Amino acid sequence: MSNARSLRSVVALVAVAVLSLFLFGSAQAQDGEGEAFSGTLRFGGEPVEGVRISVVDAAGEVVGEAVTGADGRWRIELPGPGTYRATIDTDTLPKGVMLRDPERQTLEVTVTAGRSRPLIFALGEPVSRGPNVGEKLAQAVLNGVKFGLIIAMCAIGLSLIFGLTGLINFAHGELVTLGAILAWYFNADTFGAQLILAGVLAVVVAGAAGGGVEFSLLRPLRARRLGGFQFMVVTIGLSLLARHVMLLFFGPDRERYIDYALQAEWTFGPFAVTPRDFTIMVLSAVLLIAVAVFLQRARTGKAIRAVADNPELAESSGIDVDRVVLFVWAAGAALAAVGGVFFGSVEAVDWLMGFRLLLLMFAAVVLGGLGTAYGAMVGGLLIGLVTEVSTVWASPEIKAVFALGVLVLALLLRPQGLLGQRERIG
Amino acid sequence: MEFDVIFGNAARAGLGPQAAIFALAAIGLNLHFGYAGLLNFGQVGFMMLGAYGTAIMVATWGGSLWLGIPFGLGLCVAFALALGIPTLRLRSDYFAITTIAAAEILRLLIRSSPATDITGGPFGLQAIANSFFDLNFLPDGRFGWGTFSYSSNQLWVMIVAWILVVLCSALVLALIRSPWGRVVRAIREDEDAVLSLGKNTVAYKLQALVIGGVIGGLAGVIDALQQSGVGSENFEPQVTFFAWAALILGGLATTVGPVVGAVLFWFLREGVESFIRELSEQGWLPDILADFLDGAEGAISIALMGVGLVALMALRPQGIFGRRRDLHLGT
Repeated sequence: MSNARSLRSVVALVAVAVLSLFLFGSAQAQDGEGEAFSGTLRFGGEPVEGVRISVVDAAGEVVGEAVTGADGRWRIELPGPGTYRATIDTDTLPKGVMLRDPERQTLEVTVTAGRSRPLIFALGEPVSRGPNVGEKLAQAVLNGVKFGLIIAMCAIGLSLIFGLTGLINFAHGELVTLGAILAWYFNADTFGAQLILAGVLAVVVAGAAGGGVEFSLLRPLRARRLGGFQFMVVTIGLSLLARHVMLLFFGPDRERYIDYALQAEWTFGPFAVTPRDFTIMVLSAVLLIAVAVFLQRARTGKAIRAVADNPELAESSGIDVDRVVLFVWAAGAALAAVGGVFFGSVEAVDWLMGFRLLLLMFAAVVLGGLGTAYGAMVGGLLIGLVTEVSTVWASPEIKAVFALGVLVLALLLRPQGLLGQRERIG
Repeated sequence: MEFDVIFGNAARAGLGPQAAIFALAAIGLNLHFGYAGLLNFGQVGFMMLGAYGTAIMVATWGGSLWLGIPFGLGLCVAFALALGIPTLRLRSDYFAITTIAAAEILRLLIRSSPATDITGGPFGLQAIANSFFDLNFLPDGRFGWGTFSYSSNQLWVMIVAWILVVLCSALVLALIRSPWGRVVRAIREDEDAVLSLGKNTVAYKLQALVIGGVIGGLAGVIDALQQSGVGSENFEPQVTFFAWAALILGGLATTVGPVVGAVLFWFLREGVESFIRELSEQGWLPDILADFLDGAEGAISIALMGVGLVALMALRPQGIFGRRRDLHLGT
């Protein structure tokens, strides 16, 4: 019994020794082969023979060449570890066989000591990797229209308030944020209201806030005959106050609404859009048209245009300028809040969103013509398009640069804006 | 409640390097708006160029700091010309919008990844002010009492910065009393009248923009020196608003207004923040309120600053030293 046991242990020992020798040996064998590239070329499952592949080192010296065998295999020994560039000679490919991605004809690969690296040159029908420029452009145009409509809606109030009272409202961005944040509170935080209801509530509150600022603060100050600059400072103060109070309550994080957060995209040809974004675009367009019709047809709308054109003349012909201004503040704030809810829905809600948007709104109103509602619409659309289309070629982090660059360019070429009148710029 | 701690913190901020930096920025703005009627909302752009010009010369190109400072200020001159030549013919509100936009364009470009090799992108640039602190002749250690104290290097920055504040104030005063200053102030009052006297008003405004911009650039240089580095997050549009707040608080179109305004601005801001910190640490408040205040002092002090600006405009729009008749400037 004891003999048998010892025999078994001897066999086991020998087995371990042989096995370890084998493993060690194979490892050594790999070391001995040194650094190399290797691979197998296949097209539709069949090996491809007679294709030349060459390798150059970092200095550009050719260090090896190989031609694939009948089994499609190739192997190139390398002089040592380092970075090499392997190139497949596409002229030697059989007729009708091509690289799946033409940009991967040369591969740059780093080899560490003792390693053989497999390289894959994928052959097959060329498939586009990601969208091409045309598709990207189509998508960027769509996004541009989407953001442009939102910017336009936010900026109408800014432009009309300027047109009526000559005030640049630095707090207009905070009305956008207020709408978005209130809707978030109604939707995702306390009440859990459905987003449409939450949005409507937020817009009503923000409109009341805008009207309240005009009624309880700016109107009394106007009676004190403060200069335009002092009013600008008041709006800067309001903007600092509102922004940081919202930061206090909302916090510095980005939040999303509960409804319509994740949706499958609809595709129309090169355009892909979620039902949410499509709805937002349609609603924005309808609202903008409604504003235009209102300004053209409604009594108050006509009064707004009259005051914007010439406040003294309007007042002397019996228009209650104070009431018109109050209406524009409330309606402009409500439109800004609608823009905020839309923007928060498309992107996310955060405390600085309106302030970031403010510069784009400035660009939009100046581009379109400071003080005109239609100018803000045209300018907003253009600014949205420019920012988004720029991302096709430029890094998205600098897309606002293009919008602001367009603004500076517009001031050089046509300072009165696209729809402004020359005499307005003094 | 430790009022000596709060007062010490407030006094340290009120006399510290930040106050001197904002005083310089506000002196530049005062020349722009208070005297020349130029509504510049992009002062932070000048500060950024002064700071980044200096830092890039030292940290990126390995040049000397004494070459970097004139380089940064030279960039400010270029920026003023690039900004002014196209826009100074326009009405002041257009100028305001263009300047705020131009400063933000600069900031976005500086922090973008393509610019990282030169500007450090989002990481900024560091270790630029060694040759400035080598000149520090003050002994090591802390100077002052309690929380009102500065390190040797801080004190060195302060000495240089406040000397610059005095020099720039004197320069602006001398300019304003010169024939040049009378023309510039006349442009502010009635540009058409000055035009009809055959003066090239755009050239005068451009000169005022360049000088005020270079003074703003100096503020940026001091900022880069005191931190021994630059970062794009220090140059957000808000900085311009704070410089305006300091100027308005002190009083437009006065010599001491921007300086006293900047000191008071930082004294009040740090005083409020320190007060809130103390308040939340005292344990007098209900937990829910203490939790709310904890870490919120920055936002609260800026929100209160907003209230202060509105109140100032409602109650004393000319600021501390300003004159009421100067209220209808520029716009």
